Amino acid sequence: MGRNPVTWLGSPTFPRAARTALGDTQLRTNLRKATTTIRAKRARAVAELADWERLRRAGEAIKNDVLANLDTYLVRLEEAVTARGGVVHWARDAEEANRIVFDLARAKGADEVVKVKSMATAEIGLNEYLRARGVRPVETDLAELIVQLGNDRPSHILVPAIHRNRSEIKEIFSRAMAEPPDSDDPRVLAEAARRHLRRRFLSAKVAVSGANFAVADTGSVVVVESEGNGRMCLTLPETLITVMGIEKLVPTWRDLEVFLQLLPRSSTAERMNPYTSVWTGVTPGDGPGEFHLVLLDNGRTATLADEVGRQALRCIRCSACLNVCPVYERTGGQAYGSVYPGPIGAILAPQLAGDMTDKQAASLPYASSLCGACYEVCPVRINIPEALTHLRARAVEARPKHTAEALAMSSAGWVFRDPRRYEAAQRAGSLSRFLAGSDGTIKRLPWPGSKWTSTRDVPAVPKESFRMWWRRNRG
Amino acid sequence: MDSARSDILARIRAVPRRQPAPVPRDYDTARSVEDPVGLFVERVEDYRAVVRRVSEDELPQRIGDCLARRGVSNMVAPPDLPESWRWAGTRWSLDEPPLSLSEVDSADGVLTGAAVAIAETGTIVLDAGARQGRRMLTLVPDYHLCVVRADQIEVSVPEALRRLDPTRPLTFVSGPSATSDIELDRVEGVHGPRTLEVLVVDI
Amino acid sequence: MTAARKPRVALFATCLADTLYPETAKAVLRLLERLGCEVDFPLGQTCCGQMHYNTGYRDEALPLARRYAEVFDGYDYVVAPSGSCAGMVREIHPGLCGPSSAVERTYELSEFLVDVLGVTDVGAYFPHKVTYHPTCHSLRMLGVGDRPLRLLREVRGLELVELPQAEQCCGFGGTFALKNAETSTAMLADKMRCVQHTGAQVLTAGDNSCLMHIGGGLSRLRTGVRAVHLAEILASTEEHPWVATP
Repeated sequence: MGRNPVTWLGSPTFPRAARTALGDTQLRTNLRKATTTIRAKRARAVAELADWERLRRAGEAIKNDVLANLDTYLVRLEEAVTARGGVVHWARDAEEANRIVFDLARAKGADEVVKVKSMATAEIGLNEYLRARGVRPVETDLAELIVQLGNDRPSHILVPAIHRNRSEIKEIFSRAMAEPPDSDDPRVLAEAARRHLRRRFLSAKVAVSGANFAVADTGSVVVVESEGNGRMCLTLPETLITVMGIEKLVPTWRDLEVFLQLLPRSSTAERMNPYTSVWTGVTPGDGPGEFHLVLLDNGRTATLADEVGRQALRCIRCSACLNVCPVYERTGGQAYGSVYPGPIGAILAPQLAGDMTDKQAASLPYASSLCGACYEVCPVRINIPEALTHLRARAVEARPKHTAEALAMSSAGWVFRDPRRYEAAQRAGSLSRFLAGSDGTIKRLPWPGSKWTSTRDVPAVPKESFRMWWRRNRG
Repeated sequence: MDSARSDILARIRAVPRRQPAPVPRDYDTARSVEDPVGLFVERVEDYRAVVRRVSEDELPQRIGDCLARRGVSNMVAPPDLPESWRWAGTRWSLDEPPLSLSEVDSADGVLTGAAVAIAETGTIVLDAGARQGRRMLTLVPDYHLCVVRADQIEVSVPEALRRLDPTRPLTFVSGPSATSDIELDRVEGVHGPRTLEVLVVDI
Repeated sequence: MTAARKPRVALFATCLADTLYPETAKAVLRLLERLGCEVDFPLGQTCCGQMHYNTGYRDEALPLARRYAEVFDGYDYVVAPSGSCAGMVREIHPGLCGPSSAVERTYELSEFLVDVLGVTDVGAYFPHKVTYHPTCHSLRMLGVGDRPLRLLREVRGLELVELPQAEQCCGFGGTFALKNAETSTAMLADKMRCVQHTGAQVLTAGDNSCLMHIGGGLSRLRTGVRAVHLAEILASTEEHPWVATP
C-alpha cells in the first residue's frame, strides 16, 4: 500500500502555504468576488424554505443512520446493483481503486476516458494513475477542464477553478484549444469548452464518474450537475465506471427528498441544479450496457472509528462551508494542500490521510479561527469547530512532548491551576509596562509575541490586576 | 477483490456503535400553494427557459408556433409521440428503430412529454416513459421542447419523488444547461440543450 | 426580578480582563450593583481553559474546568464579560467534566442583563459615535443575537452606526493569531477597513480578546478609533462617565 494521495505530496504546512497565497492579490480579488456573490445567493435560496432547519436535522439524522449501519446498507446496495445488472467492486485504498478503473478501461481497449467531476477520483489521484499507464483522462466539467488544461490544482470542492477569473481562463483555453475563444465573456468561454469536448463525448467508449448519492434499497445512483457534461458521460459511452466513497449512501429513495433540497441550495445556491441523473444498474437500450460501481474506503473506515471525527463523513460536498469561511476566502483552496480544502477539508483530509505525525496534515485543523460560520451553513450540521478542536488534540498527542509550545502550554496550565501562582504571574507580568510607550501599549515583543506585535500593539499588563484591586477595596 | 470486501466490512463492524435517534420527518412532505401551475411557470422562467401555458385544443398549433419561430427543419422524437404533436412544417425522425448517435446529433431539436414536474423548483422530471424516449434523445440535440400537463405538476420535491419509480432512468431538468464555474456566476448553455422551451397544458 | 432578596451574582472576570483589562471587570461590577445585584468576585477563579482546549491541550484544560465548577458553585448566577469564555463554559465544560450548577447558571453579560434582569435601558450615558462588532462566539456559540445592540440603542448620547460585514470574523481566534499570524492579519485588515468606514470613534464588542486584536491593529495604524468593551459603555453614566485608559 502506498501513501494516501488525499494530501498532495510535498505541500508545505498551512501557515507557510497561506503566506504565499496571501501575497497573491489577484487570487484574493478573485476569491473575494466569488465567495461574496455565492454567500448572498445561498442566503436567499435557503430563506425560501421555512422548514430549512428541520431539513438539516433530517439530513444529519439520515447520515448518522447510514454511518451506524454502514455494513448493512453497503451489502444491500451491492445486492440491488447486482440484481439490476451492475457489477460492484470494493477498494480498500486509492491504489486498489485506481487499478480497478484502469483494468476495466484497458479491457475495453480505451485509450481515453471521459470524466464527470468527481471528488472521489480526485482524492485517489486517478488521472495521474491513468496517464502514467497510457490512458488519457478527459475532464468534462468546465472548472475541472480549466484546472486540467492549466496544469493546475483544484482550489474548491464545487468550482475547482474558483481561483481563476475570466481573463485567466481565456488565456488557459487559448493555449490549449484548437479553436481558442475570442473573448473572455463567460458565454464565449462556455461555448469554447462545448466545441472542445463535443467530439470526445460522441466517441468515448468509457466514462468515469463519482456519485452524490446511492440508494441502498433500490441500487439507484445519483449524480447532480449543471452543464450536461455529466449526462453526456452517464448516457453515451458503452461502459460507465462510478467511483463512490462508501459513506455516500442513503438508505431509501425517500431520503433523497431531503438531500435534493439541501444540496442545490447549499452548493450553487439554486432551487435545483440544472440536471440530476438517477440510474439503477443497466437499462437495456438506454445508456451504458455495462455499469461498474467501485466502493471506496481509502481512510473512511478509520475515520468512522473516531467518535467525534466521524461526523465529517456526513459531508455531501456542497462547499457551503468554503464559501463562508474567512480563512478560505483569504488563502484560497490550494493552501490546504489537498483536494478537500476549506473547513471540511481541514477535518476530512487529515483523517483520510490518517497520519497525524505528518506536519502538513497536522497543520490543517489549526487553519481556522473557530468562528463557526461553517457549522451554521452546513446542510448536515457537521460541527466543524468541534471536530477541529478534537483533531487539534490528536495532533498534539502525535507531536513530541517537549516542543516550545507544549512547554508554554503546560507552564500556563500550571499557573492557572493555582490562584496564588496566577496572581504572582500577574505581578511579574505587570513589569511589562516598562516595555510600553507613553500610550501604554507595547509595539514589539520577543518571539513568539513578535508574531502578534508585527501588526498589532498590545496593552502592557497594568500595575494592578482586577483581583488585586478587589482585595484592596472589597476584600 | 473478495478480500477487499470482507476487510472493509470487518473494519466497519469493528467500530463500536450505538443506534442513533430516529430520523425526524417533521419537515414539509407536502406544501400547498394557491396556483401550482403559475408557480411552476414562474420558477422555470427564473432559469431563463421559455414557458407558455396552452389549452389541450391549441397544443398542436402552439407546438407548430414554437418550431416555426425557431425555424427547425429536422426534429427527433420518442416513438410514441402523439401524431397530432408532429407539426407538418418539419421533418420528424422517430426513435424506432433506434436512431444512431450521429442522427440525433444532427437534429435541430427534440420534442417530448414529461413524467412529473416540480413547481417550487421549476423542475421537469423525465423517466424514459410515455412520450419521453431514452435519455440520449433529450440530451444531444441543442433544443428541447417539452410538453408538461398541469396534472403532472407537484408543488414540492417530496411530493414529486413519491410519484417516481427510482429504478427507471431519471433525469431532473431545471432550466437549460448552465454553469457557475466562471466566477460563480450562472451562465446558460454548455453541453446539454442550450434552449429549453416548455408548454404547460392546462387541463 | 420578583425575588425579595438581591440576586447573588458571581463575577467571572475572565483571566484576560482580570489581568489586562481590569477596567472592564470594574465596569461589570459597577453596572450590576447599580442594577441591584449583590456581586462577589470569588478569588479562587483563574481561567476557563479555553486557550488550552482550543489549541489541543485538553489535559491542561480539564483541571481548569473542574476548578470553575467548584469556585462558582452556590451563586444564583455567574456573569462573564465575554461571549467566548461563557461559550467555553456552557458548550465545552459539560463534555469535559460533566454538568454542574455553576455551568448552568453562567451568562454572558448582555444575556444576563436582557434575559435575567429584563432590562435594556441600564441608565447609561456615553456621548460618542459607536460601532458594534458581534464576536463569533457570542454570535454563533451562545446566540446572543441583537441583545448587545438593544442595550446600546438605549444608551443616552450614544450614536450607533452599523458596521459593514459585521458578522465576519476579525481574525483573532486565540492561538490562531500566532499560529496563522499572516492570515489573521489579513482578516484584521478587512475588519479595520470596515470599522474605519463607519466613521465611529469607538468600536465596541462583548469580548476583550477580539477587542485586543482589532484595537491593537487600530492603535498600530494610529486611526484614533478606540476599542472599548460593551460593559464599560453600559457602566458609564453622566455622574461617572467613561474615561479613556491609560
